[in-house]
Amino acid sequence: MSDASRPLVTARPDDTGIAARIEGSAIGDTVYRWLTAAFALCIPILLAFIAFEIGSAAWPAVKAFGLGFLTSSDWDPPHNVFGAAPAIYGTIVSSIVALVIATPLALGVAIFLSEFAPPWLRQPVAFLVDLLAAIPSVVYGLWGIFVLLPLLRKYVMPFLAGLPVIGDSALFRGPAYGPSMLGAGLILAIMVLPYISAVSREVLMAVPRSQREAALALGATKWEMIADAVVPYARSGIVGGIILGLGRALGETMAVTMLIGNVHAISASLFAPGYTMASLIANEFAEATGDLHLSALMAVGGALFVVTLIVNAIARWLVWRVSREARV
Amino acid sequence: MTRSTLWTLATAGLVSSLACGGGETNTTDSAAGGAAPARSSGGADLTGAGATFPQPIYQKWFSDYAAKTGVRINYQSIGSGGGIRQLSEGTVDFGASDAPMTDEEMAKTKGGPVLHFPTVLGAVVITYNAPEITKPLNLTGDVIADIFLGKVSKWNDGRIAALNPGVTLPTGDILVVHRSDGSGTTFIFSDYLATVSPAWAAGPGRGKELKWPVGLGGKGNEGVAGQIKQTPGTLGYVELAYANQNRLPVAAVKNAAGAFVAPTTESITAAAAGAIEKLGPNTDYRVSIVNAPGATAYPISSFTWLIVYQRQPDAAKGKKLVDFMRWAFSEGQGSAAALDYAPLPAALGTQLGDRLSTIQVGTAS
Repeated sequence: MSDASRPLVTARPDDTGIAARIEGSAIGDTVYRWLTAAFALCIPILLAFIAFEIGSAAWPAVKAFGLGFLTSSDWDPPHNVFGAAPAIYGTIVSSIVALVIATPLALGVAIFLSEFAPPWLRQPVAFLVDLLAAIPSVVYGLWGIFVLLPLLRKYVMPFLAGLPVIGDSALFRGPAYGPSMLGAGLILAIMVLPYISAVSREVLMAVPRSQREAALALGATKWEMIADAVVPYARSGIVGGIILGLGRALGETMAVTMLIGNVHAISASLFAPGYTMASLIANEFAEATGDLHLSALMAVGGALFVVTLIVNAIARWLVWRVSREARV
Repeated sequence: MTRSTLWTLATAGLVSSLACGGGETNTTDSAAGGAAPARSSGGADLTGAGATFPQPIYQKWFSDYAAKTGVRINYQSIGSGGGIRQLSEGTVDFGASDAPMTDEEMAKTKGGPVLHFPTVLGAVVITYNAPEITKPLNLTGDVIADIFLGKVSKWNDGRIAALNPGVTLPTGDILVVHRSDGSGTTFIFSDYLATVSPAWAAGPGRGKELKWPVGLGGKGNEGVAGQIKQTPGTLGYVELAYANQNRLPVAAVKNAAGAFVAPTTESITAAAAGAIEKLGPNTDYRVSIVNAPGATAYPISSFTWLIVYQRQPDAAKGKKLVDFMRWAFSEGQGSAAALDYAPLPAALGTQLGDRLSTIQVGTAS
C-alpha cells in the first residue's frame, strides 16, 4: 500500500499523447485504486468475521476445558467431556505422510515433463495429472474404501511390517485392518500430487534457456544440469507448490473421514486408525445438540484455523529463506 | 523466477488453505440454523428439516401427498440435531428426529410447547463378515454389549458358542465397526445396549456419538457396511433398510420374552405394539421401545418422530400440516414396508389421529 501514492506510470516528456491520455483518466485511476483496495480489504474483513464467529461460538468450550482441550484425548459427548488432541495430531500427521509421499513423486513428474518428455507425451500426461485435482473427494473416498484399503491390508502393510529395521519400528506396528493413518495419508498424497506437480512443472519450464545452456556449456551432464542449475533456480517456486499441497491436505475432509478409521487415539503406528479435526467436525456437527458439544466442535474448528495459520506461517518463512538462499 | 511469481504462489497457498479451513466453518455455520434458515423451498407450502433416516419414506409421502392434494412439502434431511435446532428457532414448520427431544431442549423452543408424533419404525441390525458362519448368528444384548465393550474379543468366545450350538465359529479376533458420524442409528443402538447391559449404561452410555471403547469408525451406513464387506472378522451395526438392500447377513437378537428374533418389518411393528400397550393414556410418545415385550418383537427397534409446535401461528399452514399428518398416520402407512420401514401398529395410528386435534391452529396472539 505504501507505494500506492507514487504515480504508477511516468510519461516521458516527449510522449505528449500518452501523457494527455493518462491525465485525462486521473479520476478513473482514483476510482480504480479505491475499488481494488475495497476488494482487497474484503478478504481480511471476511477472515476477521470468521475468526470472531468461531471464537465466540467456541468460547464456552474454551472456558470449560482450557488448555486441556488441546492436550486431552477424551472425547465423550454423552458425558460432555471433550479433548481434541488426537484430532490435532491426526491432522498434522496425515498431512506430513501425504507430503512425504507426494513431494518426490510430484517432483519426478514435473522434472520428467519439463526436461525429458517429448512434446507429444508432455501435454497428455500433464493433462492427466492435472485431472487428478478435478476428482471429487468423495470419489477418492469410495475408491479408497473399495480398492486402496484392501490393497493396503493384504499387500502393503504386511510388506512394510516385514521390512528389515524399519519394519520393526513403531511406525509399522500393530494389526493391519486397513482404515489407518497410512490409508488417509496415501489418499491425501494422491489428492495433493497434482497441485505440487502442476506448480513445479510451470516453474521448471519458466527457468530460462540460458541457465540450462550455461550448465551444459560448462560440461555438465543432463542430470547435473537439472540438479545443479534448473531445480535450484526454481526452488522457491517448488516450495510454493508444496505449500499449496499442504493447505489442501490440512483441510481435506471427506476422503480422509472415509479412510482414517475415526478413532480418538494417538498412536505412533501408521497402521492404527486416527482422527482429523476436519473429519471430527464433519462427523459430529449435523447431529450435535448439546450446547457444550457444539461449542467443542467450534473450538476444534478454531484449532484447525490456528494450526493452518501456523503451518502457513512456517511455510512462508521457508519460502522466504529458500528464495534468499537462491539469490546468493 | 521473479519475486512476484513467488509471492503469487505463496499467497495462493495461504488463501487456499484458509479457504479449506474457512469453508468448513462456513458450512457448519449455516447448518446451525440460526442465521440461514432452510427456506430455499421455491414456493413450497410447508417446510421441514431433520433426520436422514426416514428421508426415503418422507420423500415418498410428500410426493404422493402432493399428487393427491396439491400441497407441496419441502423436506431437508440435514440430520436430527439440525432439525431440532431449526424447529426451535422457528425457521421450519416441522422438525424430524430419530431421538426425542430432551426436556432441556423442549424448554428452549421459541414457539412454545412442541408435540412428538411417531411416524414409522426402524431397526438397527447387527451385521458381520464371517464366511465360516453359514446360518444367522444368535446373539443376546448382553453379549453384543460386551463385544462393543471389548470384553468379548474372539469369535469363538464361549458365550457366543453357547448361543450358537452346532455353528462353526471362526477363531480370529472380532473387529468392531461403529458409526463415526453422529447418528440416530447409534442412538437407538446405544439406547438398547444401555437398557440391557448395566456395564454399558455405566460406561459409554446413550448418545448419537459415543466414546467407543474399541473398534473402527465408518462414516454413514455405507461406511460401516463398506468396512464390514471388505474385512473378514468384522462386526457392526447398520439400519435394517441398508442391510436388506445390500443383502448383508444379520444376527437374530434375543428379545425380552427370551426368543431369538430376526429383524423384519413385522417383528419391528410387533415391538411397537408390545411397547405401546404399556404406555399410559397421557403419553407424549417420547418413548423408547428397545427391548420391548412381546414374543415376536425385535428388540433394537425405534420410532422416528415428526415434531411440531402445539400452537401453530399460521392458520393455513397449521391446517395443511395437520391434514398431512392425519393422512400419513392412515393411508401413508401403506407405503412403509416396501421401503423397509415398519408401519405403526394400527391402534397407534388411531391414537395419533386423535392427538392431532390437540394442535391449536391459528391462535397467534
